[in-house]
Amino acid sequence: MLILSRKLNEKVVIGDGVVVSIIEIRGDQVKLGIDAPKTVKVYRQEVYDAIQAENRLAAESALTLPPIDVAK
Amino acid sequence: MMGELDIDERQVIDFPDGLIGFRKFTSYALLDAPQKPYFYLQSMELAELGFILLDPFLFRPDYSIDVADEAMRSLGVMDPDDALVLAMVTVPPDGGPITANLMGPLVIGRKIRRGAQVILTDPRWATKHDVMAELAASRK
Repeated sequence: MLILSRKLNEKVVIGDGVVVSIIEIRGDQVKLGIDAPKTVKVYRQEVYDAIQAENRLAAESALTLPPIDVAK
Repeated sequence: MMGELDIDERQVIDFPDGLIGFRKFTSYALLDAPQKPYFYLQSMELAELGFILLDPFLFRPDYSIDVADEAMRSLGVMDPDDALVLAMVTVPPDGGPITANLMGPLVIGRKIRRGAQVILTDPRWATKHDVMAELAASRK
């Protein structure tokens, strides 16, 4: 793991085409700007973790499915 | 998930990136569940791995997904009709209400049978939507 310090408005370049900028620092919150090609997926860690956890639960689902009336 | 199955190659969907948390498995069969309107997504590589799916628009007529054009093109989706959108369903073994994950739906390009799990940023969509409650609410 690379650990480095950055000041406000400084940037970090990752590989080809990913640029992370420090846009604002306020108390314990840092606002980042992330410039990345559309093919690079960027998520908040907790969102990714929530979907991963839900996928695991979904895979453990019971097979007794409640009936859904499809007629509207 | 369901014992021995007869699978037609037209039912096989390639998920090049796998599903989140299950990256290693990239080939699934999309099948009608014996009980309509559910679907099964059965791993072709691991018999024990399968998911229950539902059409999210069935219980959330206001559902919408916003996915980058590049991501859609990589699934062979050029036109909205080319895309099949399905939500993963969790059926708690303790008998609790079934929920659907509308934050991380599956998008499948019908033409090239390639799919991906996408993550939506719209705050309306969560990982647990009570299917029966929202179905009832949508019919009021």
